[in-house]
Amino acid sequence: MRLLLASLAILFTAGLTLTDRVNAVQPDEVLADPTLEARARDISAELRCVVCQNQSIDDSDAEIARDLRLLVRERLVAGDSDEEVVDFVVARYGDFVLLRPPFQPNTYMLWLGPPFMAVVIATLFVLFLRGYQRRRAAGLGPEPLSPNDRAELDALVDRIAASTPPGSEVKHGFRAELADGLQHPPGQDAPGDVHEPDPEDDVPGNPGSPESDDTPDSRDTSRS
Amino acid sequence: MRRLVVIIPVAVFAALVGVMVSLLTDSERNDNLSRIPSALIDKPAPGFALPQVDPSVPGGFATEDLKGQVSVINVFASWCVPCLAEHPNITRIAEAGIPVYGINHRDAPEAATEWLRRHGNPYTAVGADADARVSLEWGVTGVPETFIVNADGIIVYKHVGPVTEDALENRILPKLREAERG
Repeated sequence: MRLLLASLAILFTAGLTLTDRVNAVQPDEVLADPTLEARARDISAELRCVVCQNQSIDDSDAEIARDLRLLVRERLVAGDSDEEVVDFVVARYGDFVLLRPPFQPNTYMLWLGPPFMAVVIATLFVLFLRGYQRRRAAGLGPEPLSPNDRAELDALVDRIAASTPPGSEVKHGFRAELADGLQHPPGQDAPGDVHEPDPEDDVPGNPGSPESDDTPDSRDTSRS
Repeated sequence: MRRLVVIIPVAVFAALVGVMVSLLTDSERNDNLSRIPSALIDKPAPGFALPQVDPSVPGGFATEDLKGQVSVINVFASWCVPCLAEHPNITRIAEAGIPVYGINHRDAPEAATEWLRRHGNPYTAVGADADARVSLEWGVTGVPETFIVNADGIIVYKHVGPVTEDALENRILPKLREAERG
């Protein structure tokens, strides 16, 4: 498997360098002066072939790409600087021919959009992380039961236990678990019964809302 | 704060949908979708001089010929099928009294002459652009393409592809009238 991946990687890079070297420039187009030719190649690689749209004129076999390559070389031979050659083509075909769009008002979104989104996402992530840590620092699990809640829950457990057939083991297991704050795995005999008897949904002291600062006492008195 | 976290993504999404819908339903834009915006609109026509295609075809013309009246420049070739399709509409423009100049793009002179003889020659003048060098000056990306140049020699409109009935009635003729008013 590793061998396969390695050979694939080699093939891929080899393919990349190969396509990098293969180009559409014909022998009759090449300039005699190697420095001028090198400049022509660099400029051509930055200019879009207007009919193929995502190939440079250096890559494209389209006739218009050939014409533009010849034009680039003609301007270079005439003594133009690289910028002058590019401006000459842009004057006729617009910014569209530039494979690397210029940084100007109508491309601000193009250039600044991705970094902007990265900042937004990073900010949201940090905010989320902070919130998470704050909640974690305040105690991850539910708040411990208040004495009143505990008493009410015990009464409830007693009632349920009374309705089950004699055999106090169940009751014991259940109680033990509650006392340990559900730290231990349920006892051998407890499981089936532990979660089943929970028909009362008005158990007070819901620990899910740490924001509510009602005291358990006031709630208890209002209920009874 | 917590509500903001919900509202912002929804608002961004709604804005995005709005932009996309407006772009999708913009018919002017849809007509030119995948078309390259011309850099030459509102610029002077490029300097050029084209030779005659054949002694039997009136022509040879240059930048100076385009000044003084509104004119249409049509890039065509005998090997180009859409050019044949638009030929009746190009003829209609010429019949309306507007001088139409033909840039004969990368064509053999005999083939161009024969093509014009067979299908009619509506052009005031035809210039031979055998190596497409002048087409390059006009920013031509393919044939056919049609330009409107006003009396001052400024390019005011470019149409890419064949001039269809619809393009003629709804875009070219109105643009021509506008250019003639000045």
